[in-house]
Amino acid sequence: MSEMTMEKQIDFMGKRQLALVFSAFLIIASFAGLWVKGLNFGIDFTGGTLIELSYPQSVDLAEVRNDLADAGYDEAVAQHFGSATDVLIRIAPREGMNSAQLSNQVMDALEASTEESITLRRVEFVGPQVGDELTEDGALAVLYALIGVLIYVALRFEWRFSVGSVAALVHDVVITLGVFAWTQTQFDLTVLAAILAVIGYSLNDTIVVFDRVRENFRTMREGEPVEVTNVAVNQMLSRTIMTSLTTLLVLLALFFLGGEIIHGFALALIVGVVVGTYSSTYVASAIALVMGVSKEDLMKAPKEGVDNEQEEAELQRLFLEQEAKREARELAKAHRSGKKTDTEDEQ
Amino acid sequence: MFQTQQKVIANRYPAWKYLLLVLVTVIGLVYAMPNLFGDDPAVQISPAKSVIFNDETEQQVSQILSQANLAVKTSVFENGKFLIRFENTEDQLKAKSLLKESLGRSAVVALNLAPATPDFLRALGAEPMYLGLDLRGGVHFLMDVDMDAAVEKAYLRYEDEVKGVLRENKIRYLSADYEEEALWVKFRDLETMQAGLALLQREYADELTALEKTDTASPMVSLNLSSSAIAETKKFALQQNITTLRNRINELGVAEPVIQQQGDRRIVVQLPGVQDTARAKEILGATATLEFRLVEERGDAFRAEETGYAPHGSKLYKFRDGTPLLLKRSVIVSGENVINAQSGIDPQQGSSMVNVTLDGAGGRKMLATTKENVGNRMAVVYIENRVETIEQDGDKVKKRITTKDVINAAVIRGQFANRFQITGLDSPQEAQDLALLLRAGALAAPMEIVEERTVGPSLGQDNINQGFMSVVVGFILVLIVMAWRYKTFGMVANLALTLNLVVIVAVLSMLQATLTLPGIAGIVLTVGMAVDANVLIFERIREELRNSSIQTAIYSGYEKAFVTIADANITTLLAAIVLFSFGTGPIKGFAITLSIGILTSMFTAILGTRAIINTMYGNKRVEKLSI
Repeated sequence: MSEMTMEKQIDFMGKRQLALVFSAFLIIASFAGLWVKGLNFGIDFTGGTLIELSYPQSVDLAEVRNDLADAGYDEAVAQHFGSATDVLIRIAPREGMNSAQLSNQVMDALEASTEESITLRRVEFVGPQVGDELTEDGALAVLYALIGVLIYVALRFEWRFSVGSVAALVHDVVITLGVFAWTQTQFDLTVLAAILAVIGYSLNDTIVVFDRVRENFRTMREGEPVEVTNVAVNQMLSRTIMTSLTTLLVLLALFFLGGEIIHGFALALIVGVVVGTYSSTYVASAIALVMGVSKEDLMKAPKEGVDNEQEEAELQRLFLEQEAKREARELAKAHRSGKKTDTEDEQ
Repeated sequence: MFQTQQKVIANRYPAWKYLLLVLVTVIGLVYAMPNLFGDDPAVQISPAKSVIFNDETEQQVSQILSQANLAVKTSVFENGKFLIRFENTEDQLKAKSLLKESLGRSAVVALNLAPATPDFLRALGAEPMYLGLDLRGGVHFLMDVDMDAAVEKAYLRYEDEVKGVLRENKIRYLSADYEEEALWVKFRDLETMQAGLALLQREYADELTALEKTDTASPMVSLNLSSSAIAETKKFALQQNITTLRNRINELGVAEPVIQQQGDRRIVVQLPGVQDTARAKEILGATATLEFRLVEERGDAFRAEETGYAPHGSKLYKFRDGTPLLLKRSVIVSGENVINAQSGIDPQQGSSMVNVTLDGAGGRKMLATTKENVGNRMAVVYIENRVETIEQDGDKVKKRITTKDVINAAVIRGQFANRFQITGLDSPQEAQDLALLLRAGALAAPMEIVEERTVGPSLGQDNINQGFMSVVVGFILVLIVMAWRYKTFGMVANLALTLNLVVIVAVLSMLQATLTLPGIAGIVLTVGMAVDANVLIFERIREELRNSSIQTAIYSGYEKAFVTIADANITTLLAAIVLFSFGTGPIKGFAITLSIGILTSMFTAILGTRAIINTMYGNKRVEKLSI
């Protein structure tokens, strides 16, 4: 697929204004979703009780709701979970309610009205206080992850890249949250973990492109920053597609086969990988360009980088010499014996 | 021959790198293998508190098993515990109820799933991964200890003591009350206040800070618990609650319970494999109390046990190990009167002892009783109340269950009141346990469940199946895509990916890390992302092939991609570390598998593939690369 890279240069950076408008639109839409609909927080963050039950046969939700209302749980939310035989019941936290007994009471109430035996699949109870702590910890985790990235990229590359990559990460996180708001998919602890993994993944993508941009700034004698960046994006295109493809494949496997509990997790990562791939090209590089990253900024990169390069060039030269000698020798040998031979040891 | 003074640039690896690769592969395979063997249904018998199993118990156990004709696979006695494996769950359940019946309360009989790791692997220390509660089913509780209540109780305890001390020293006070996080002692006039202040400061130098307050109608002394005393109180409250929980959980018969302190006021309780969660909650929510009673020395406890009749005025009790003891019907002092109990060393005999402090009322009763009974024995009875739901004729009936255990019976050496020692205990451990039990019955700080996660066994199995399925399908899809895109090189990458999966499982098994559902998701994600390193390398090789020879392309492909791979992986690792430090339970599992996956993939994707590629193509005449 070598024809994809050098020969056909796709003008990614030329469309960067368009891309920024598109991103701005997505972000505004996401904020609108967060504003209008809000996230459908799971009990990990709101506190409350969640009960998953399994009936031997498919069950009518209206009946379940009636039974719950009769037992005094008017505000309980019942819905099917994965299949028509599984029911998920959510009960908001109650003042002065003994949490431990709640699930027992719900079970008793539901079992009293049916002949069938109900299996308790899962109970989750999170006290409001714990919920607050988890929310705080979660927000802090995202914040610290972003700060860590900012520092690392600033050290390894340049502050403009650092701003670009963090902007891309914020972009990805906001849009993923937006998707969760619009679809009202439950946002629980595992989704938060997925968001942090998205940060890791999207960053991975961004770094790879930046790395190439830096390299091109050093090796390409001429070319405007825009051009140099565009070449880098093009060079990395097939890699970006391949890695996103393999990651998406496993995520789709997880989404469809991993079971209901892991659904939100897989969804967040799928959205994150798609958006992250896009953003590492357009948002991260485009912002670095907008901020005015230039050849000079990267040429005075860390000293050891330069040393490495010199050393590398030297090594390369030696290798080529060696290679040429070996080939010449082999050729001579092949001539002598008149048949193809294997290599011999160098030393 | 061509000689270089620098590093030799060649697509050739030194022997030690191959050796390392082979070593990692072999170790990975060995330590990953135990996960293939599954579990045996087993019964675990561990001794209850202060019981030690001996040959007799061993005989008893084997007798029960052989009589019932159960299909025992193996029976091992190790670390003071029995682990009996069965061929099927039916026999396992039967054995559990039989053993429980005959061993009674001297042992904790629990169902368990014992890993069926073959002996030769176990000899190498290879064990399967530990499955988290979401995979094996079970209960997770987070209990919060009400520390304010614990501190308040400490103040109320001092209130009684302070009154006593003042009375003993004939200093008259008007009142002593706990209010607004301080103890306020009112005096009639300045003079008595000064005397009181001096006394209290002397008496409680370490525990209380005493200050005078004279601008009120009657002069007062305020007493505040010192910060070290508060910290101590909290520590005690937590410890005694943990002990109480541990005792109760023994009742449940759980094979590998986890009862751990989390932070400075929380306790995590994990009960893997518990099916009847309702009962678990009932037992954990029990309340306990204590009673001090005189031992009825005239009756024969063993005869009373046989006949079922206790002599007049007495009642039959039992120690935990089943030894009967006759106690008088009247209670001297009960748990509410116990203010404090602390273990220590008896200075005269050097043996372990427990210092007990009673409140004023308790002290007076104790004085009256001990005056008359020097030389007789006094017993401490631990009583636990709980409500259990029991199925009776198809109906669910709430039943009150009370268990009474004699935890200690000691001879009264002399007359005493509110402060006394229980001496002659066998070990410091026993003294500590007794002190904790005494306190537990008396002043256990209230505790509530602030988080519960229960996973039924059916869901656990579903989670395992679905998790396994998604790993397998995701893995195969990636293998296909890599082989299609990179041909021979892709196959090499696939080998590396397989090795990566094996090594991840091996490392998780070696660390005995807990595998959870998010952990499996982490493995799946790693599989998708691990190929990234190879994709980067192979794309770079393709690129280089356009401008240079095949050998140079391979060489610089690996070299140039390395920096990128390292940078990209370090940042992902950074995110994983943040996840680990902020995450709880399952999230931690995800972070662990992700981090391990990143590290192992660096090894397998770079060193592993390079080794194979070097062997295949290194410094050989190759016309065309299959990439």
